[in-house]
Amino acid sequence: MALKHVNALIVGAGAGGGVVAKELATAGLSVVLLERGNWYSAADCRKDDLRNQRTTVLGNAFGPDEDRNPRVLVDDRGEGIVWPSESGYSNNAACVGGGTFSYGAQAWRYMEKDFRMRSTYGAVAGSTLEDWPIGYSDLEPYYEKAERELGVSGDVSNNIFQARRNQGLPMPPLSPNKEYQILLPAAKRLGWHPFDLPMLRNSVPYNGRAACMRCRWCVGFACEVNARTGTHNTVIPAALATGNCEVRTGCMTREILLDDHGQASGAAYFDPHDRLQRQTADLVIVCCGAVESARLLLNTRHRLFPNGLGNRYDWVGRNLHAHTYPAAAGLFDYDTYDDIGPGASIAICDFNHGNPGLAGGGMLANEFIRLPYQFMNQVPPWVPRWGQAHKDFVRTAYKRTVTIMGPVQEMPMFDARVQVDPKVKDYWGIPVARLSGKKNPHTLEIARFTAGKAEAWLQEAGAVRTWQRIPGPSLSGGQHQAGTCRMGNDPKTSVVDQDCRLHDVDNVYVIDASVHVTNGGFNPVLTIFANAYRASHRLLEAWKGSKVRS
Amino acid sequence: MPNSRRQFLGAGLSAAVAGSAISCGASNGASPWRFFTAEEGRTVDAICDRIIPADRDPGAKEARAVNYIDLQLTRPFKRYRKAYREGIAAVDAASRKKFGGRFVELPAGQQTEVLADIEKSSAAFFELILAHTRQGFYGDPRHGGNRNRVSWKMLGVPFPPIRGLERYDQPKVG
Repeated sequence: MALKHVNALIVGAGAGGGVVAKELATAGLSVVLLERGNWYSAADCRKDDLRNQRTTVLGNAFGPDEDRNPRVLVDDRGEGIVWPSESGYSNNAACVGGGTFSYGAQAWRYMEKDFRMRSTYGAVAGSTLEDWPIGYSDLEPYYEKAERELGVSGDVSNNIFQARRNQGLPMPPLSPNKEYQILLPAAKRLGWHPFDLPMLRNSVPYNGRAACMRCRWCVGFACEVNARTGTHNTVIPAALATGNCEVRTGCMTREILLDDHGQASGAAYFDPHDRLQRQTADLVIVCCGAVESARLLLNTRHRLFPNGLGNRYDWVGRNLHAHTYPAAAGLFDYDTYDDIGPGASIAICDFNHGNPGLAGGGMLANEFIRLPYQFMNQVPPWVPRWGQAHKDFVRTAYKRTVTIMGPVQEMPMFDARVQVDPKVKDYWGIPVARLSGKKNPHTLEIARFTAGKAEAWLQEAGAVRTWQRIPGPSLSGGQHQAGTCRMGNDPKTSVVDQDCRLHDVDNVYVIDASVHVTNGGFNPVLTIFANAYRASHRLLEAWKGSKVRS
Repeated sequence: MPNSRRQFLGAGLSAAVAGSAISCGASNGASPWRFFTAEEGRTVDAICDRIIPADRDPGAKEARAVNYIDLQLTRPFKRYRKAYREGIAAVDAASRKKFGGRFVELPAGQQTEVLADIEKSSAAFFELILAHTRQGFYGDPRHGGNRNRVSWKMLGVPFPPIRGLERYDQPKVG
């Protein structure tokens, strides 16, 4: 039996897809939202420190399914298969809400220069660094909409580096934890400008959901009291409440369907019983995250698009990047741990831009609360890895260690990319993503610089010993994955236009971090939300009842 | 990538879960373990004891890290079965060669020396058992290790966890 035709088929119920579903359904369009993962709720918080979305030694808690979704990774060791729980896979999540179901929920606006990286810093050797075709002012009203409609807490009024904003945040910050109290005066003594982290987390009851209860199971876990905010508990329920949107979970999309003229007519997907279904639609909106969105386009072949949809000039899947996370840790001679979550609480933006000789930088903040096994990664390099000395250190330092880290804005690389593998297929027989490439050396230079600032902050705060952790040159992906369907005005050097519509086909959109030209020195989710609101607005302006204006 | 079960494409794709074909040593009923033979279980227990030794607080042996590893080898760690079977044999072979006895028969100091050699000569296996011992000691007891939450007690992590802490800090409304 044929499925009922709809106006819009959205593939992926994460940060981008959730917002688009709500905006389109509210405007009266009929919407089907396809999600390959499951639909979890607050009741699925298992507080399992070895099986969650951050520590995956016993698997991912929120998808994708471990044994059905291999990828191929090409690196210095050769080419090999990687599985979702392994490093190198570049996993985010697969469930209703996507990464927003289990993330840390930092809610950053990018800065004005983050949209003008090429004009600000010029060319960077080996990088495809470029300006966005839109600027901060284009996104500002939608940042505000995202902050209010989804709900952001914090106090950024002391962030003198932030771009102009019309409104403050709708919720006050959480009360300061101990790390905040230690780090605040130290940052001020250094002449820096510390402030309360903006977070998609209720500090007071908001929009019918409770306030954060400050537990230690935050990033990586389901929020037990539903105080942390994602698309799963805001815009997706709102989309469903219109009566115009249907969510179908456990549905793996194989390809976008195209007619003889190369227009999209819907998508083919496998339902939860592995039956191939064809959902027709006036519009197809791809919101699968940077790896899977590129994969879906590349797996969509047609006489007119022999190398994949939107890929006429070989830009689909290029420029895969995320964030490089340098860190510094400091050991104190008193307990800094207070068991009050989420832990991350204080930030500075003093080193996002204007760093001598460097093309950008990144925000710095204290790390989320560490569960005991997670602390293994914090142990400094001079401590033996096993035996009495290791145990002694962990026992002494677990409650006395503060970590500061932050996302360094990466220099995009043309050869850091997603392809579809010619041989390896997933459970459904669909060619899998093949990841290859490396970070730009300058990204690591910036990382060493900001790690030094993080270390200086800890020293000023009174740490008796400090140490740094600098990531290696391997490919960045993971939760902050971005860049693979670049937004731009020139079809020869980008995949989608300013409205997030494919240059090649006027009824296919990509609305997720894939379109980010650069990814800011910040967690990207609020920008994904804001851009999804903006792109939805533009789409609806062009909507003519059965198609969008060409 | 110490925990990788990454398969290189040249090595053949058909075995999607490498090593899962290795049978459980316990199948003849002579072992108290699910995967390990009785002897393997003793060796792993002794290795865990050296990786996180007991002192004024219990170590990985008391936390039953070996039980965690054995249990997970029937579940997500199926892919590491071959690595364990061969790795344990390599530890005993190294013990015999260096000190003329099986690993469990050696005094602690000699065991440490053997493991330090294994850390270099069988690096992949050592990384595996190091990570798994830490998980079995510091991880959640529901997975078979950290018996009686010994590591959490050592670290002073409150259990049962204090929940709703914020409600006590804030004045009641109304």
